[in-house]
Amino acid sequence: MIECAGVTVSLGNRDVLAGVDLKVARGEWVSIVGRNGAGKSTLLRYLAGLVSGTGEVHLDGRPAAALSRRQRSQLVALVSQSPVVPDGARVLDYVLLGRSPHIRTLGFEGAQDLAAVYDALERLDLLDFADRQVTTLSGGERQRVFIARTLAQGAPIVLLDEPTTAMDVGHQQQVLELVDSLRRQHDLTVLMTMHDLTLAGQYAERLALIDDGRIVVEGAPAHVLTEDNLARHYGARVRIIHDGGRLGVLPFREEGIRD
Amino acid sequence: MTSTRRRATTASTAASRVVPARLRPVWLIISLAAVAVAAVAGLVVGPVDISGVEVVRQVVGMHTDLSTQQAAIIEQIRLPRVLLALLVGGTLSLSGAGYQGVFNNPLADPYLLGAAAGAGLGVTIVIAGTASTGSTPVGAPVAAFAGALGAVALAYALGAAGRGRTSTASLILSGVAVASFLTAMQTYLLQRNQDTIREVYSWLLGRLSGAGWHEVLLMLPYCAVSWVALLAHRRVLDVMALGDDEAATLGLHPGRSRIIVIVAASLGTAAAVSVSGLIGFVGIIVPHFVRMVAGRSNRVVLPLSLIFGAAFLCAADLLARTLSAPAEIPIGVVTAFFGAPFFVIVLRASRRTGITS
Repeated sequence: MIECAGVTVSLGNRDVLAGVDLKVARGEWVSIVGRNGAGKSTLLRYLAGLVSGTGEVHLDGRPAAALSRRQRSQLVALVSQSPVVPDGARVLDYVLLGRSPHIRTLGFEGAQDLAAVYDALERLDLLDFADRQVTTLSGGERQRVFIARTLAQGAPIVLLDEPTTAMDVGHQQQVLELVDSLRRQHDLTVLMTMHDLTLAGQYAERLALIDDGRIVVEGAPAHVLTEDNLARHYGARVRIIHDGGRLGVLPFREEGIRD
Repeated sequence: MTSTRRRATTASTAASRVVPARLRPVWLIISLAAVAVAAVAGLVVGPVDISGVEVVRQVVGMHTDLSTQQAAIIEQIRLPRVLLALLVGGTLSLSGAGYQGVFNNPLADPYLLGAAAGAGLGVTIVIAGTASTGSTPVGAPVAAFAGALGAVALAYALGAAGRGRTSTASLILSGVAVASFLTAMQTYLLQRNQDTIREVYSWLLGRLSGAGWHEVLLMLPYCAVSWVALLAHRRVLDVMALGDDEAATLGLHPGRSRIIVIVAASLGTAAAVSVSGLIGFVGIIVPHFVRMVAGRSNRVVLPLSLIFGAAFLCAADLLARTLSAPAEIPIGVVTAFFGAPFFVIVLRASRRTGITS
């Protein structure tokens, strides 16, 4: 569960976030959408404790300000946009890094940590890859490794920063399905930033549209993804297509602009 | 319930073959054997012929038929020299592995950041000031440490100047600048003190020739602190390889850990430099060799760099004093002689395997 009120983050002289209020219930999936530079990633980074700012945040009911870094890392896992893969790291060792919040700083993993790692590897169908180097895997397999590390971390809140960027549409769907099934199995609270509005609308339970550091529209995908909202906050010309219960966002080119 | 249990069972059996990166016994045995071979060779080979069996018996405290003079050669000359080579080699390569881990740059070494140059300047000031003869002044390690840390702090400050964060590239560039500056200061100091120039130069080129128990005991406490601190951080360094942000979201304080590792590596470098002068390449080729043969995790690289580094420098010292006997080649020349070609090979190989990418 995430509750934040009045979150303000300044970078340089600019308020990247200017009073964000957002609640995500336990087990819920909320996606943040908005144009480039609107403050989507900064919100995730603030919740993960990577940037400082003002405002009140509760994570799983505990005030974030009172949490140590280790305590916070046991509650919140962040999958960044393009995670760094150390040269030569094997899948098993990489996923084991996710257990760090549960290991004493100068200590080493115990049987419990290894069990969590093997379990995460199995859930993501990666057991046969345990001995492979992460850098030798395909993009889709690599994304599963990142998610396995997050799962091994055992945090109830998972933040994903555009996890499907630069993937083909098939892999995008596979990753999002995977996140959804893990969320259901483990009752995870998922907050994700997304650029693809159609996929955002199909997977998240709620959307929050952020513009200029504020959440301007929030609610069910059909409520947020309207032609009017996207014109105003993205400067985009789109048609919203309804196909049964599903919703698609189709960009179009205005007649007459073509030569 | 059943499915959960079945899953747990298959998970533990299927993956039980794969274990986390760790120092495997076979590598521990090989590296320790290398140390033993190098050490025994270092004790046996010398201008005075003494049988190997007798040497080993003498060192482990068993009864021998050696003359008092032979026993003294072993105990007062060869043994401290071998021990010092082991200490200096292990410390330099462990420090190198620590710098490489903490800066996430396989080309980082004690000479990066000006640490060695700062230590060199510190010792030069002490030698020039005390006009000592022969043995290393007691103040040398402290002056070296102050110089090394001062250099690192300066490199850090310059690298961070104008921006809030320090990137590895700007850090290395400012380290090079700091090193050049400190070396220039050292040269100036030498020109001003013509009487000690010989003393400082013989030390600068790297030497273990004057080594006695004094140097071993002088260096030991600094090494012990450096080793313990660096080895304790080997898992943390693997997490830090993910970058500061990810390390922070995994509950670490990367900035704090980085300072501890830098201070520990600089302490080790300073201790080594203060007794043996500037011995290059050890801190870079030994960790590279370990990565090529035994794995890239710092959990493997740090301990094995320590042990193999000890063996390497002991063997290099043996060459330094036998190749053109009775004269001695400065050990820094020997390590450079082997180190430079090795370095070229590593660079060429890295284009294929991406070690340095």
